[in-house]
Amino acid sequence: MTSATAPATRLSASRLTLGYADRPIVTDLDLQVPNGKVTVIVGANACGKSTLLRGLARLLKPQSGAVLLDGEVIHRQPTKHVARILGLLPQNPIAPEGVTVVDLVGRGRHPHHGAFQRWTSVDDEAVAEALELTDTLGLADRVVDELSGGQRQRVWIAMALAQGTDLLLLDEPTTYLDVAHQVEMLDLLADLNARRGTTIVMVLHDLNLSARYADHLVALRDGAVVAEGTPRQVVTEDVVRTVFGLDNRVIDDPVSHTPLVVPVSRHLRQAQPPTQELP
Amino acid sequence: MTALLTSARTRPVGAPAPVDAADVVRRARRAPRRRHRLVVGGLGAALFVAFAARVLLGDYTVTIPDFFRILTGTDIPGASYIVLESKLPRAVLALLTGVAFGVAGGLFQTTLRNPLASPDIIGVNLGASAVAVVAIALWGWQGLSVSIAAIIGAITVALVVRLVAGPHGGHRLILVGIGAAAAMQSVIQYVFTRVDEYDAQLVLRWLTGSVNGVAWPTIRLLALVLLVLLPLTWWLGRSLQISELGDDTAAGLGVPGARSELLLLLGVVLCAVAVAAAGPIAFVSFLAGPIARALNGGRTTLLGSALAGAVIVVAADYLGSYLIPDTNLPVGVVTGAIGAPFLLWLLARGRTGRRAA
Repeated sequence: MTSATAPATRLSASRLTLGYADRPIVTDLDLQVPNGKVTVIVGANACGKSTLLRGLARLLKPQSGAVLLDGEVIHRQPTKHVARILGLLPQNPIAPEGVTVVDLVGRGRHPHHGAFQRWTSVDDEAVAEALELTDTLGLADRVVDELSGGQRQRVWIAMALAQGTDLLLLDEPTTYLDVAHQVEMLDLLADLNARRGTTIVMVLHDLNLSARYADHLVALRDGAVVAEGTPRQVVTEDVVRTVFGLDNRVIDDPVSHTPLVVPVSRHLRQAQPPTQELP
Repeated sequence: MTALLTSARTRPVGAPAPVDAADVVRRARRAPRRRHRLVVGGLGAALFVAFAARVLLGDYTVTIPDFFRILTGTDIPGASYIVLESKLPRAVLALLTGVAFGVAGGLFQTTLRNPLASPDIIGVNLGASAVAVVAIALWGWQGLSVSIAAIIGAITVALVVRLVAGPHGGHRLILVGIGAAAAMQSVIQYVFTRVDEYDAQLVLRWLTGSVNGVAWPTIRLLALVLLVLLPLTWWLGRSLQISELGDDTAAGLGVPGARSELLLLLGVVLCAVAVAAAGPIAFVSFLAGPIARALNGGRTTLLGSALAGAVIVVAADYLGSYLIPDTNLPVGVVTGAIGAPFLLWLLARGRTGRRAA
């Protein structure tokens, strides 16, 4: 069980229990993150999805069990070594005052600098590439504070890209973005996954966008995996009812042909005879 | 810029970044660096002027040639004594404590991400002071042991504030710290009521801070300690620009949270040794960081904080000595008089925390 590192996964959790003090939030969880795929973790509020992501990113020490990176316990590896393999974008990152876009993105190069090693042209190029991929090169000398929410989020992604890791973990990268910017952000991550083969693990709130962008979907409830697999396997009316406690219909997304969840709300049920139009 | 952007979009997938993009990066990285060099140069020049004024001018003017003759050992009756035993030690001590307070302020404000979270606001300085006063006045300690007592006092108060406020800093930390500062002040005032008149003068100094009448051995000791602490701070502080991104982002970039705790501890010790030499000179840490930051376009600069701190203390001491005729104000009174309105202004501007979200 503990050596559950098939070659298809570099990051996995084995009987992982995470929590604060005596309150476990994630219990006895097994998870294998498929290489080169987009994995999305979904679940209701307070189901432990952010906690799980923090645990996978070694920000939380497990109460029991372990997170394995390349077959070794992640907490026993030097943190700077891990930072060259696994990048992280927290939920609400705060840019220090007055910091310019290039400066912030350049800080993503930190794990690649040794004790006496200084900035080189390799770093310039890595930053340039990250800015181009996120379409923020034109913002290079702007101050991050003064950017719009969507631009700022792209700059943070650029910082994570400059880090040049094979795995990228993101905690709700679309919070506070309007729907157009949410789609733009997820397109960017999908591109990144397609172009660079970066393994992406993210927590998302929106189930329908999750179903559209995920290769691998993990549904959590009360800190345990309820269902796992392709969106079509996971997003069923039963699973959605179990995970979110929501009466729903699942139809075919006319654009992406992935499952689309349509909530059945109490308000509608009272007002008119329910849902006959739905297939 | 827009031309570059379009070319970036049409570039084939996976192709290496063209040279001009890296050039954009190089150019954009240059501007803040130039600004920083200007800030450091400007503050350095201001420090030089303030220092020279403090040593050469005042109620007894010394010419520059005379000053160098005194330094190289020529005895000029009257002038030699005034320069070597009053003006010069005062100026040097002001410079050293200013640097220590300035760096400590920069470390605290950057790591805790709040301009109010400066060691002199949250009780660290007064903690050092209170324990030193108790050691001197009630236990009869002297010299080095007082400095050690001050360091222990500062660390104890910092730890207590941290423990009570919880690990995440923020406004709780500042409120708890202000409470701790008030408690420490009352300890000093209590001791003040318990000692005779001679000691009372001494205790008063530990309440306001003064660079007056400190002998060379103390200054040499402070210089020596700073010679160890400042390079250490510089070494650890290189990751400050990662730590200031917040614990989670910093950990993701391979900088453990323990690093910022260590920097805070260094800040506490820097404050404590400065307090041990000159008392808790008010608001230097609090002023130096934001001033240096404002000059530097809002960006963190420890070197700038150090220089700004030194300029503040040297200039304030000069003003305190000569601004009001026949009155020799302790430097702490002057910095307090500057700092209080600055505090109000900072609060009025609503910039006590960073972005609300």
